[in-house]
Amino acid sequence: MLKKSEFRKAFVDTIPVMTGYIVLGMGFGLVLDAKGYGIIWAFVMSAWIYAGSMQYLAVDLMAGGASLLTAAITTLMVNARHLFYGISMIDKYKHVGKKKPYLIFALTDETYSLVCSEHAGEGMNDRSNYFFLVSLLNQCYWVLGSVLGSALGAAMTINTEGVDFALTALFVTVFVEQWLSTKDHRPAIIGAGSSIACILIFGSGNFLIPAMLVITAALTLLRPLKKEGVHE
Amino acid sequence: MNNTHAALMVLVIGLVTVGIRFLPFLIFGGKRKTPELITYLGTVLPYAIMGMLVVYCLRNTSFSGSSHGIPEIVSCILVVALHLWKRNTLISIVGGTVCYMFLVQAIF
Repeated sequence: MLKKSEFRKAFVDTIPVMTGYIVLGMGFGLVLDAKGYGIIWAFVMSAWIYAGSMQYLAVDLMAGGASLLTAAITTLMVNARHLFYGISMIDKYKHVGKKKPYLIFALTDETYSLVCSEHAGEGMNDRSNYFFLVSLLNQCYWVLGSVLGSALGAAMTINTEGVDFALTALFVTVFVEQWLSTKDHRPAIIGAGSSIACILIFGSGNFLIPAMLVITAALTLLRPLKKEGVHE
Repeated sequence: MNNTHAALMVLVIGLVTVGIRFLPFLIFGGKRKTPELITYLGTVLPYAIMGMLVVYCLRNTSFSGSSHGIPEIVSCILVVALHLWKRNTLISIVGGTVCYMFLVQAIF
């Protein structure tokens, strides 16, 4: 049984995510509407895909008529980071019972940032209730934001040209945040550098797959340097 | 615009996303230990991927066109500056986006 106090605790913890998701969700709804996909699309995509950056990219892919294979591979690469969230939640999510499939489905960057902490859900009889409420509330914010944005885009004749820059701004922000959080800037430089090189070689329409291969290879080669003198 | 194709695309993107999220639990859910290379890539990939995504978003910037890529350059610098100043994701995103929208709509 879910208790009122459990709900309150989960709600308070998710407030930062709520503001972010409603604003970014609205941006997504606006971009989607600007490309001619209405409110139903906003709802279905946010409920079913539920992956922020990928949904922004999906609008581009849909409007540009990309192939399903391109869409699948792009998703694989953009969302590959989720593999590592899963790996670190395997033990925590081991005994959550029937809620497990939803918890795994809803494991976004922001949800991960709330549930991965050692103290997540402390003081509750059943921590799985906390995990579940945080996951569900976050998705509600995201869907709500998307639908609001879509409705806003449809209701107002505001000139939305350039609103898709929100995604670029989001990635630049995360990039800066990551840059400040580490002393080893080689992965970041490899990521951006390989991508630029691959655009010059393969063109802007086909660079993602080669770039991802180059990045994985370069990072794998870099690995021994990070473990100097350590024999496995 | 082909709606059937777009709907299939939404389906595929969702399936791949769900697949990625479930995969670690399916593979490493037992008692097996996670391979070290995977753990290592897990720590460095996020940095590289974000660099790649920034470049991806700016891939169609035209430096030879009429705007010479100025809206993109100015707005990105603003996002970085705002973020270094306030460290607040929302301020950085809203500030940069409003600036970009103004530049492409009113000036270029």
